[in-house]
Amino acid sequence: MSYKQRILTLALAGAALAVFLVVFAYYTLQRPTVEWLQWGYRGTGLVHLVNSRDIQNQQREGLHAVPAADETIDPAGTKASEVYLNVKVLGDLDSNEFLRFMTAITKWVAPVQGCAYCHNEADFADENVVTKIVSRRMIQMTQDLNAKWKSHVAINGQGVTCYTCHRGNPIPKNVWYTPVEPRFSQALLGNLAGQNQRATAVGLTSLPFDPFTPFLVKSDQIRVVGKTALPTTNRMSIKQAEWTYGLMMSMSKSLGVNCTYCHNSQNFQSWGASSPQRVTAWYGIRMVRDINNNYINPLTPLYANVAGRKGPAGDIAKANCATCHQGAFKPLYGVSQLKDYPVLAGPSSAVKTQ
Amino acid sequence: MAEYQNIFTQVQVKGPAHLGVPLYRDQYGRTGKPFHVYLLGIIGDAQIGPIYLGLTGVASLIFGFIAIEIIGLNMAASVDWSPVQFVKQLPWLALEPPAPENGLKIPPLNQGGWWLWAGFFMTASVMLWWARTYLRARQLGMGTHIAWAFAAAIFLMLSCGLFRPVLMGTWGEAVPFGIFPHLDWTATFSIRYGNLYYNPFHMLSIVFLYGSTLLFAMHGATILAVSRFGGEREIEQSTDRGTALERAGLFWRWTMGFNASMESIHRWAWWFAVLCPITGGIGILLTGTVVDNWYLWGIKHGFVPVYPETLPVIVDPALLPGAPK
Repeated sequence: MSYKQRILTLALAGAALAVFLVVFAYYTLQRPTVEWLQWGYRGTGLVHLVNSRDIQNQQREGLHAVPAADETIDPAGTKASEVYLNVKVLGDLDSNEFLRFMTAITKWVAPVQGCAYCHNEADFADENVVTKIVSRRMIQMTQDLNAKWKSHVAINGQGVTCYTCHRGNPIPKNVWYTPVEPRFSQALLGNLAGQNQRATAVGLTSLPFDPFTPFLVKSDQIRVVGKTALPTTNRMSIKQAEWTYGLMMSMSKSLGVNCTYCHNSQNFQSWGASSPQRVTAWYGIRMVRDINNNYINPLTPLYANVAGRKGPAGDIAKANCATCHQGAFKPLYGVSQLKDYPVLAGPSSAVKTQ
Repeated sequence: MAEYQNIFTQVQVKGPAHLGVPLYRDQYGRTGKPFHVYLLGIIGDAQIGPIYLGLTGVASLIFGFIAIEIIGLNMAASVDWSPVQFVKQLPWLALEPPAPENGLKIPPLNQGGWWLWAGFFMTASVMLWWARTYLRARQLGMGTHIAWAFAAAIFLMLSCGLFRPVLMGTWGEAVPFGIFPHLDWTATFSIRYGNLYYNPFHMLSIVFLYGSTLLFAMHGATILAVSRFGGEREIEQSTDRGTALERAGLFWRWTMGFNASMESIHRWAWWFAVLCPITGGIGILLTGTVVDNWYLWGIKHGFVPVYPETLPVIVDPALLPGAPK
């Protein structure tokens, strides 16, 4: 081989390697600048990392921008139930405030479709619109969450409204359906064992891709680490730990935070070494279970004849952490809308019409 | 200075291919017509082949092929036999061991049975390849150091996939076959058993792993540094003045007071490399069988650092009265 050929061969091999490295870096690495906030003792890695580019993207998309509240309105002096028919949940509300709230909810949930999304426009009192019945239950849910789950939604008095999840979409963007058991799990080959797929829900790991059914609908055991140095009673297996790990990855993705937002990775299970956020998250898991089991799943029969609203397993869209958080450690980065719409702060004494 | 004296071998001697030392009559022949590859000649010997397959080599390849077939076909089935998805998702796909509740029973094929078969064929293949390294070394009149070093790696592999699951009484504790899945298994293993970094044998394994890289760098650098005196080609020069060997030894004696000998540096390297998987395997075997939570074990034995409280103190909310389930 001549000198020239040798140089050429080496140059080509080098160029191929360089191209590979550049492509790999582009698709794998994050561009700076990463900012960090240390909140644990040095060396423990208790650091919150934020890539300012991510924040800028969110701002550009307006994802966490809070719409301005409608101006306050003078009370009419009459209850909504006295003016309108079939106002079963908000009947005690002043009728002017009721209209102001209906305007807000339209903006929050169905800005494009308008009133017609939930109402028969010929007869607003018509009770035969599925979306109306569902939204009534959802209003109750929001009121209950603000009253019952202060431990999760109102640590700093923020609370939740329809907008926390909906953000102008009739169905919140981040929902989940029960995946169907792949047909190969019952055949001769290819059982997935609930994992080993490219699953975005668990941060592109190969961990179990539906950690929601066991932990956010059912109350399966999340804690897997033993409480004693030597083996005693803890029989949790590595596979069970992978389900917990999957749930934790989904939480981390949903909130845009690392493990160390809640845990000291030296010792994941210890509450003494964890941050207060872990307590908030603990209540959050129970709250989402409450949402799915007591508010969303019971609505399933309403959708019997509604097309396009069910997942492959025939269930309706359910909530997880991402439904509200949408990538922020606090939904809407902590801006409270509740003070402008106090009707959602707790259950109103429902007008019993039936 | 001649071109030959460089990190990369710039002069490649091309002549009739070397077919190797004569074989005994009762052996299989060597296979393949030798050829030369310029690029490989830069990083090693340019001649490729012939290769000696023999009984153990052929059997090992067949068993290995069967193992990879079982794993690959299961992976392909799990993406509905789509070639595009197979390529796209390959790093995520896996063949999972049986569920934990199955214990050590042999389950139906698609509930972990395939995993057992793949594990059997892979182990057979690896053991046959081990026998091959042993027999080939013997045939060349060499010692069997390579075979025993390989055996150390096999010990670690079998500790994860066979010995420990048997000790734990369930195949469910074993490692899945898959690229990301076995990494997820590794991370989960550490989390489930209270942080493997507090496992002393894991610590030792890391010492030997990093120690190996340090020794390798020191040795490699020393020999390259004296290659200008022919250091990589010297045979009998330990008694001579000014040789590459003397300079290499003196460098380390002057730098840190002690120098290994031309022979002992290879024993250092061999033991560091071999102890890495052996100590690691022991650490694996003790996890879950003898120790359930390495962090708490470390507390018990007083080597876990205690950090000052910087965060507000919290308690487990599940312990509070009236806590939600």
